[in-house]
Amino acid sequence: MTTILDPTAERSVAARPRLARPESLEGLKVGLLDIAKARGDVFLDRVEQRLTERGLEVKRYAKPTNTRPAPTPLYQQIATEVDVVIEALSD
Amino acid sequence: MSLPNTGWIAIVKRDCPTCELTVPVLAALREAVGLTVVTQDDPAFPENVPHDYDGALDISHGLKIEVVPTLLKRENGEEVARTYGWDKAEWEKLTGVSGLGEGLPEMRPGCGAKNVEPGILEELKVRHGETGLKSRKIGLGSAEDEIEALFDRGWSDGLPLVPPTEARVLRMLSGTARDPQEVIGRVPSDLAECTVEKVAINAVMAGCKPEYLPVVLSAVEAVLEEPFAMHGVLATTMYVGPVVVVNGPIRRAIGMNSKGNALGQGFRANATIGRALQLVIRNVGGGRPQEVDRATLGNPGKFTYCIAEDEEGSCWEPLATERGVPEGKSAVTVFAGYGLQGIVDQKSRTPESLAQSFAESLKALQHVKLYPGADALVVISPEHERTFREAGWSKAKLYEELYARTQVPAEQLMPGVGGIAEGTSAFAPGTMARKFRDGGLMIVRAGGGAGMFSGIIGGWSASGEKGSSPVTKEVKL
Repeated sequence: MTTILDPTAERSVAARPRLARPESLEGLKVGLLDIAKARGDVFLDRVEQRLTERGLEVKRYAKPTNTRPAPTPLYQQIATEVDVVIEALSD
Repeated sequence: MSLPNTGWIAIVKRDCPTCELTVPVLAALREAVGLTVVTQDDPAFPENVPHDYDGALDISHGLKIEVVPTLLKRENGEEVARTYGWDKAEWEKLTGVSGLGEGLPEMRPGCGAKNVEPGILEELKVRHGETGLKSRKIGLGSAEDEIEALFDRGWSDGLPLVPPTEARVLRMLSGTARDPQEVIGRVPSDLAECTVEKVAINAVMAGCKPEYLPVVLSAVEAVLEEPFAMHGVLATTMYVGPVVVVNGPIRRAIGMNSKGNALGQGFRANATIGRALQLVIRNVGGGRPQEVDRATLGNPGKFTYCIAEDEEGSCWEPLATERGVPEGKSAVTVFAGYGLQGIVDQKSRTPESLAQSFAESLKALQHVKLYPGADALVVISPEHERTFREAGWSKAKLYEELYARTQVPAEQLMPGVGGIAEGTSAFAPGTMARKFRDGGLMIVRAGGGAGMFSGIIGGWSASGEKGSSPVTKEVKL
C-alpha cells in the first residue's frame, strides 16, 4: 500500500476509520435492519429469536425500499437507539 | 541477525576499497576476539570471513553508521567506542589486539556508508518513523491506482501528479536548509497556514527536483505578500495568474531555460516551479476554478508560468537588480499576468522605430481605449535587444521612451470615439493620457537567438495599489 502526505491544509477529513467491532454483544442493544429484500424478514425473525434467547435487547427496523439508501431519519433513529446493527442484505 | 551485547562489530561493504583492504584484519579479529562482521552490499563479502548481511540496512541505520568500515565496541548493549576508516593504531587500541594489518598502510580514509546514500537514507527514515513530517498520512487502497487516486482527491490541476510519498517529500526538503515546520504565510482563499513542508509536498506533486524548492518557496512567499493581493488575483474574473521571473545564479544552477522557447514547454525547472506555486494555491489555499477562482477565460499560464531572464546575453541590468536585489543574488519577481501578445517587427533598425513599434503594441493591451491600462511585462528577444544595444540605449532610456510613446490625447479615448462604446472620460480634453502608471512596465530579456519577435505579458486591470503590484523576493537557500 502506498502512503502519501496530504498536500492540503487538512480542513476536511481524509477518511473516517470504522468503529471497532465489539468483542461481545453482552449488554449491547442490537438493531435488526430489514432492507426490504425478499425473505430478509424471515432471516431476521430467526436472528431475533436467537438473540432474545441470549437475553439481549433487540429492536427491529425496515427500509421502505431496497432500491434507495435508507432515509436520513431512519439511520439517525438507529444510531441513537441501538449499539450495533445486523442487516439482512440479500434474498 | 542479532548483534552481540558485548563485543566488537565491524560494518563493511564490497564497494569500498578501504573495506577490501581490511579483509585480512577482519579475519584476524574474528579469530582473536570473535568480531561480528556485517556487510552492507554484497552478501558474499568478505569471502572467507564469516559475516552477516544487512541487506535492508536496518542494522546500519540503527547503529547510525556514516562511514565504512566502522569498527565499534559494545558493552552490555551500549556502544562504548567507535572508529571508522582504517587506522591501525585506533583499531589496535579499540580491540586490544596488536600487530594488526601486517603490510597495510597505517591509515586509509573510509567510504560513505550505503545506509546514508541519498535515496536510501530517506527510505530508512520512513521505515523507522523518523521523518519528522507533520502532514496527515493518507493510505491509498491496494486496488487504487496512485495517479488516479490523486485526481480523485481533487489535488490535480488537470494533469497527472507525482504521488507525494514520505520519502519523496523528505528528498524534496533536502533542497532547503529551512525548517519544514516554518510557516511561510497564509494562503488565500482559505488563509490557511502554509509550512515549508506543505510547499514541499506540492512541489513533489508538480514534479520539482529538490534543488528547485528554494525558488518555489520564494515564489510562494512573494505571492503571499500583501502588495501582490493573491486573493484578488485568484478571485478575479480576469485572465491573470502569478507569472514568476527568476534572476540570479540559481537559474543556471538548476538548469532553467532562458533561451529558445523561453516561455514555452520542454524545460523541467521552468515547468514545475510555476506549477508547484499554482498547486499550493489550489491545495493549501483552496483556490479552485469555478469556485473562488472566478476567471472567465483564465489563461494557459495558470498551469505554470515561470521565466528565467537571459542575463548573460543582455546588455541591461537584470530585472531583480533593477528592483533592488544585489547583483550575484538570486531572486524571484512575481507578476499578476496572462498570455502573450506578440510584437513582430522585422524591419526596424533604429531604436526610435523599434520603440515606437513596442509602444503601438503596448497601447493595444487589453483595449486600445482603456487608459490607464494594466501593468505589462515586456519580454525582449535578443535580436530586438541588439538594436537598442547597438544604439547605446540603456534600459532606463527604453522605459522612459515607452512611458512617453504610449501616451495618447484624451479625446481619442472618449466612449463612442471610433465607433466603440468602450473608453474613458477620465482624462481632461487637451491633456495626454498615460497608458502605464510609474513602475507599471517591466522589461526582461529572454529568448532564442533568431527571430525579431518580442512579447507582452499583460497584467491585471487592477494593477498597482488598487490591486496587485509585482513583488520581488530574494531566494533563500
